[in-house]
Amino acid sequence: MPDAATTLPPATPERIAGAVHESRRHDSAHKHVSGEAVYVDDIPEPAGLLHVYLGLSARAHARVVSVDLAKVRAAPGVVAVFTAADIPGENDVSAIGLHDEPLFATDLVQHVGQPLFAVAAGTRDQARRAARLAEVVYEDLPAVLTIAAARDGDRTLVVPPMTLRIGDAATALAQAPNRLAGRLRIGGQEHFYLEGQIALAVPGEDEEVTIHVSTQHPSEVQHIVAHALAVPDGAVTVEVRRMGGGFGGKETQANLFAACAALVAKKTGRAAKLRPDRDDDFQITGKRHDFEVDYEVGFDAEGRIRGVDMLFAARAGFAADLSGPVTDRALFHADNGYHYADARLESLPLKTNTVSNTAFRGFGGPQGMVAAERVIEEIAFALGMDPLDIRKRNFYGTTDRNVTPYHQTVEDNILPDLVAKLEADCAYRERRAVLRAHNSASRILRKGLALTPVKFGISFTATQFNQAGALVHVYTDGSIQVNHGGTEMGQGLYTKVAQVVAEEFQVDIGCVRPTATSTGKVPNTSATAASSGSDLNGKAAQNAARAIKERLVAFAAGQWGVAPEAVIFHRNRVRVGGQEMEFAALVRAAYMARVQLSATGFYKTPKIHWDRKAGRGTPFYYFAYGAACAEVTVDTLTGEYVVDRVDILHDCGRSLNPAIDKGQIEGGFVQGMGWLTTEELWWDDAGRLRTHAPSTYKIPACGDRPRVFNVALLEDAPNREDTIFRSKAVGEPPFMLGISVLHALSDAVASVAGHRFCPRLDAPATPERVLAAIGALRERAAAAGTATG
Amino acid sequence: MRDSLRFYLGDELREIRDVDPTLTVLDWLRLSERRLGTKEGCAEGDCGACTVVVGRLTEDSQGGKSVRYEAVNACIRFLATLDGCQLLTVEHLKGPDGALHPVQRALVEHHGSQCGFCTPGFVMSLFALYLNEDRPDERRIDDALAGNLCRCTGYAPIVQAARAMHDLGDRTADRFNDRAATAARLKALADEEILSVGSGDRRFLAPATSAQLAELLLGHPDATIVAGSTDVGLWVTKFQRVLSIVLYTGRVTELRRVADTGDALEIGAGATYSEAAPAIAALYPDFGELIRRIGAEQVRNMGTIGGNIANGSPIGDTPPALIAAGAALRLRRGDATRTLPLEEFFLAYGKQDRRPDEFVEAVILPKPAPGARFRAYKIAKRFDQDISAVCGAFRLSLDESGNVAGIRIAFGGMAGVPKRAAGAEAALIGQPWSEASVHAAMAALKADFTPLSDWRASAGYRAEVAANLLLRFHVETTDPATETRLVGDRRLAHA
Repeated sequence: MPDAATTLPPATPERIAGAVHESRRHDSAHKHVSGEAVYVDDIPEPAGLLHVYLGLSARAHARVVSVDLAKVRAAPGVVAVFTAADIPGENDVSAIGLHDEPLFATDLVQHVGQPLFAVAAGTRDQARRAARLAEVVYEDLPAVLTIAAARDGDRTLVVPPMTLRIGDAATALAQAPNRLAGRLRIGGQEHFYLEGQIALAVPGEDEEVTIHVSTQHPSEVQHIVAHALAVPDGAVTVEVRRMGGGFGGKETQANLFAACAALVAKKTGRAAKLRPDRDDDFQITGKRHDFEVDYEVGFDAEGRIRGVDMLFAARAGFAADLSGPVTDRALFHADNGYHYADARLESLPLKTNTVSNTAFRGFGGPQGMVAAERVIEEIAFALGMDPLDIRKRNFYGTTDRNVTPYHQTVEDNILPDLVAKLEADCAYRERRAVLRAHNSASRILRKGLALTPVKFGISFTATQFNQAGALVHVYTDGSIQVNHGGTEMGQGLYTKVAQVVAEEFQVDIGCVRPTATSTGKVPNTSATAASSGSDLNGKAAQNAARAIKERLVAFAAGQWGVAPEAVIFHRNRVRVGGQEMEFAALVRAAYMARVQLSATGFYKTPKIHWDRKAGRGTPFYYFAYGAACAEVTVDTLTGEYVVDRVDILHDCGRSLNPAIDKGQIEGGFVQGMGWLTTEELWWDDAGRLRTHAPSTYKIPACGDRPRVFNVALLEDAPNREDTIFRSKAVGEPPFMLGISVLHALSDAVASVAGHRFCPRLDAPATPERVLAAIGALRERAAAAGTATG
Repeated sequence: MRDSLRFYLGDELREIRDVDPTLTVLDWLRLSERRLGTKEGCAEGDCGACTVVVGRLTEDSQGGKSVRYEAVNACIRFLATLDGCQLLTVEHLKGPDGALHPVQRALVEHHGSQCGFCTPGFVMSLFALYLNEDRPDERRIDDALAGNLCRCTGYAPIVQAARAMHDLGDRTADRFNDRAATAARLKALADEEILSVGSGDRRFLAPATSAQLAELLLGHPDATIVAGSTDVGLWVTKFQRVLSIVLYTGRVTELRRVADTGDALEIGAGATYSEAAPAIAALYPDFGELIRRIGAEQVRNMGTIGGNIANGSPIGDTPPALIAAGAALRLRRGDATRTLPLEEFFLAYGKQDRRPDEFVEAVILPKPAPGARFRAYKIAKRFDQDISAVCGAFRLSLDESGNVAGIRIAFGGMAGVPKRAAGAEAALIGQPWSEASVHAAMAALKADFTPLSDWRASAGYRAEVAANLLLRFHVETTDPATETRLVGDRRLAHA
């Protein structure tokens, strides 16, 4: 049984082990710690396995004059080499069907690191060495490498932009008592999933192929592979037991690797595995979009926002990928928790000659929210007020002032109460006074404090993706298998869904075995993304379990002549009228009576709809809320900093599993903090990413975590919508709690000029950017004749 | 000459004859042994997913031998360097009855894994900590885990597990802590033979004495000298360079010695950061703090100070500190040795004053003069396991009237070589150690260097920070009331 290896508290007399709302360890925890958890590279290798490696473009934008692969073919161990000409179907791995992302580039390369060919050899080392031997002649074309170059140049877009309008922004801005404008730069982010991209394809009979791949979206991989091989979807089976991290980086980015491995497998009749080196993974795969946001805001003397106009220019890279919905979501969150009566929000998904950017936890939402918080900060500095007061003054109302720029009414706003509670719990006001006093006496080290909120919309904005399927089998010994379309990337989805099934049957979770996600078991699934995993798959699994349970109840009622209400599942047993039996005994009896003990379940999110052209609708089923208060210390000589303390209060509804949700909150926060602080993507003038491995790209390390880290789940806050056991999605929202660190840094920086000027600290706020902001503020203060602090 | 490699994989003696000289421990585990618990995350020693524990014999000052267990990166360590060692991987930890080890149980109970891919590496780093130390404090835990990246948890539950692991087991009774037995086994493997394994022209040569090393190098001046392989490992894993002769220094006990010679510390070129740090920190506490921030535990357990110098990197962190402290370098060729001031070793970018058949034998670090003040500062995007944008080191002595009698200022990251700030030093010498003098020297410093812009920092930032570090040094030596440190032992600022 999955649970056998660890000692955990037994079920209480009244509850099964692993009921919903119980803190429960990850279903694979004992395998994680023993090294027994199987990732794709750990699957036993089929005899004759070929190892595949990709040959990559060395140029950002060039015509490919010629590709000479003779030396590649002649290299030791090489079995075959593949180019676009070898693809039987479509040379395309684009996620949204725009045919703008070839598996192999042909006559044009559009970013450094774009694959040109694949080589298959007996060992990975041989394939990798061979891939370096290609002789490619390029004819360089002008390369557009930055947001500025694209925005201020031709403004080529990868997908049509979106504009959200509510009220009349222009008039509101013109009539506002105060008005200011600025530009904010927000860096991108590499996912740095610890397990890199990998695919293992095993050829089958006829057109069939099975692919083991580290992906968040098995169905899409299935479709892409089928198109590339020109075979029906039904011939392709994609299986995923677990990923070593995804974070959005395996929502579409696995397509290429899977398609390549499948191509080699079907062409050679041998199993084929493709695992790029970490440096190549960085070059080949998309990242979080970097943005430049131009903002203009009008506000009154109390800091209430009167009008907002923002332009979100994003680096999409050379192809669309998910840049449309990502930039849309930036606009959906450009309000964060604040009411804009009159606003105009526009996106610019700009084409550049860099890798095609993609999904990453928050999916554009974080960038929208960072812009919203900059606007708040600007107002606060302009009026000499505490940014928290400006925030609170602009929160959505509960009965009025509650319509978003996309014309959805916010019906579940709990932010004012949540923020007030955190503000009191973490002693924000008192500490702010203490830190200000500290700073006035501190020559070099300055402290900063900020409390920022999060309101995040839950649902895929593409309505059709809000559906899920599950498959539950009950075996005659009473053991249960559950399978669903969601994928496990560490977030604990399998655990939560198993809890749901255990709860429905009222059996200990040890009886419920989650099995690997497979397109052969549950078809036509959506990506495990948009924080939707447990909302969608939990409901689908619940529906499947209930279908079986209903059959068992009907059977028992008939068999023993009781009313259906008298059949009660309770702690691994079933009461049928006056008698009681083991769950397994009922199952066996049902089997003997030829009752079907397997069921599919299906779920689709109610209430939602979205009209992108009109910019109107109800794209979100509900919102998840949270707030964080961060305290930092900055070294004004070097720009270095530490995060001294963070307090978080986060809304998980009625959490399905508080321990797992806390893990999502802590991990999301630290990842969000990393994005805004030390994680810097640095391209050189030739379009080469020079921060392409952990030696140069710095995600938070253990010592960077907040020295004091208080994380609480909001209590007594069931989801107002009928979600799975009234829980809320938790994958993405906590990521944006990290914005508090950026603002705490800004607060510390502002101290060098007596908090008179907004530091306009861009992200990532590396020590260099912090020091530059300090220098700029000091100059400004000197110019204004203000004493510097 | 011995032509087979011998080491213990757990309790099992392995003897391997034909081994590629640059086959990594990780590839051997995963590809040859299919021991798949150890993961590859980056193949450059920066993420820690491949962490394993190596037990090896070390020599104490009396010449006694004992076993030292260290977490190391399997991805950049060559298999043949395990000769005479014991290798422990995550698969070894479960008890004979299948029960999880206390370290593993602590991680499970504190929800320390999410995706689980980094977890075996964390397990092994914690396992080394568990074996070696009783109830480490939080700062020590951070150091022990600095070389393990986790992208899921945010680390808090892993640190909680580290705090709890000693509650779940008695480390002294741990079956891997029968060090006498392990020492006896490893002693039985130790010999004075040159180890020579490989195939054809490609050899891994591991002498056991300095004399053997010197002689082998005379015969193979084109050999690649490898100590910790924390740099050379990447030549192999990242650039796929084919090395024909690898000359490994790790078996040479004399080269690992750190000896007090009266007025100086003589640090054998093969001493790892971990081995050398205590003696260095005793003389120069802030140098110790600098070493704490070089790489991470796994890298410090492999990398050597000699290697950090010999590879000539302009961003190595020990040369600025050593130069500021007035260290000298001893090179050896055959039986002949020569000694030169360390700064003279670095001729130009990528060029050092070393003949191909010469090797770095020792660094001579003079003891600080009474009253001298020494500081070393490392500036990077991240505090732990990061390469410096700027590394600055300062040594100051004042005369009776408070004027600067001697000043040595050296920087890494500011030029093609680790380099002294001649102009700034000249601006200070003979001047009062005052803020005015320091500001004059900060201006002079900007003329001393023409740094580059790259992904670690812009030229402007480097220049500004280098000057500000001189100011920090002044504050730390004159103004005990002012706080200057964000990390580490803050008492070092005004020591």
